[in-house]
Amino acid sequence: MPQVTYVSHDGKSTTLDVPLGTSVMQAAVLHGVDGIVAECGGSCMCATCHVYVREDQLAKCPEMELGEDAMLDGTASPRQPNSRLSCQLVMAPEMDGLVVNMPETQT
Amino acid sequence: MPDRRVVVVGAGHGGFQVAASLRQSGFDGSIVLIGDEPQLPYQRPPLSKDYLDGKIGLDLLLMRPESFFADQRIELMMGVAVSEIDRAGRRVALSDGNHLAYDHLVLATGARNRVPPLPGIELDGVCYLRNLAETQALQQRLAAAKSAVVIGAGFIGLEFAAIARGKGIPVHIVELTERVMGRVVCPETSAYFAAAHRASGVAFSFDVRVERLGGEGGKVTHVALGDGRTLPADLVLISIGVVPNEGLAAAAGLAVANGITVDEQLLTADPAISAIGDCASFPSRHSQRNPVRLEAVQNATDHARCVADRIVGKPHAYQALPWFWSEQGALRLQIAGLTTGFQDVTLRGDYDKGEYSAFCYAGDKLLGIESINKPADHAFARRLLAAGRDVTPAQAADLGFDLRAAAMARG
Repeated sequence: MPQVTYVSHDGKSTTLDVPLGTSVMQAAVLHGVDGIVAECGGSCMCATCHVYVREDQLAKCPEMELGEDAMLDGTASPRQPNSRLSCQLVMAPEMDGLVVNMPETQT
Repeated sequence: MPDRRVVVVGAGHGGFQVAASLRQSGFDGSIVLIGDEPQLPYQRPPLSKDYLDGKIGLDLLLMRPESFFADQRIELMMGVAVSEIDRAGRRVALSDGNHLAYDHLVLATGARNRVPPLPGIELDGVCYLRNLAETQALQQRLAAAKSAVVIGAGFIGLEFAAIARGKGIPVHIVELTERVMGRVVCPETSAYFAAAHRASGVAFSFDVRVERLGGEGGKVTHVALGDGRTLPADLVLISIGVVPNEGLAAAAGLAVANGITVDEQLLTADPAISAIGDCASFPSRHSQRNPVRLEAVQNATDHARCVADRIVGKPHAYQALPWFWSEQGALRLQIAGLTTGFQDVTLRGDYDKGEYSAFCYAGDKLLGIESINKPADHAFARRLLAAGRDVTPAQAADLGFDLRAAAMARG
């Protein structure tokens, strides 16, 4: 099963098996990973599942849709070029080994 | 001396968040989270959307796995109701006959369905959509339904209608007032949503009351309207709003007025009792400090964080900007701010295409912004309104005006 590594703002790292078709946000919440809030439950409505994707892995992630691009302008921590909403990062085989850094705050 | 034991009554979004935020803020005392439903704390918004539609299961509804609560030393008491608050003794009485002492009590009791006093309301096939059990029952009904009548054209009724139409079930919505979502959106947005739902096959009857629900053999078969018409229905969804669960507080002598009355720090008149979320009536910075009671996840969770901050010794007035959302089929509605009392509306974007925002004003003051399939506007709206910045109607209407720049400006 593909794996995703979550790195908290203070550097703590957690690696999870994430089934194909499950989002990076869903896996984090299911396993109680701190640092992803996902207040709207994954509807791309709240921008509280913000992550920074390792730069060299951005191309492996699903393309960003307009709604996500827009909501990223409303994140609590600054948007960077590698910012994504993890509810939109649905696991695909090529994303195995993905590393996401979590921002200082989501709210 | 910090509080040693915080007892939270209600394990919805607000109650869960108080517990989680207290630990995150370093609170080291005991935390007890009491919920009257048997399940682990779960998210409600997907109930009327992906969960009802069968797109996600219970595992994805849960706020956190069971291990989270053990790890965080949050004691869960699920399937337990609080029957009384003993303020003098600082303890609550539980439905299982036990008592539980508290140093601070957080009431996150939420709201319950408003049930109309209609003849036939007890018939089999009359459904609600607020908690998990109701949603599961509705899901089963929906699988076999031949025709559905929805009473009340608010968020829940419309979200349900979109899902039922997706399954090919005829839906007729009966609404007492003249338009959909009349309590929360401007007439222009009501008209847009009603037209979109009509286009997907939903029938509407406005300005009409329901006389009674009729049935055979204990099962609902039709809905009789005040204008003499009868609508066939083997499924009736009652979605006419909710009433706050304020009874516990009232019985304990705390002030209630459409919700439990709290101050700007969300504290009741008893310094050992706070109230948050759907059950709390509070003076909002975004309503000129008039008391408001909001039914929203954002409100519940931001209230929770504010109360957690106070309990750990960092008190502050609640300031957060209210925001709301609804998903109805392909329609995404996002609202920032409180638009109650608006007088004028300025539209920005392409209304006919269903990609626009409605800027709602009282005089010159921008109260709130409704965005329809315009998430970028919503993201900017939240920043603008939170910062108290104004956008004039002329600017709002001008697509050449840079909303992003206005929202992102510093200071």
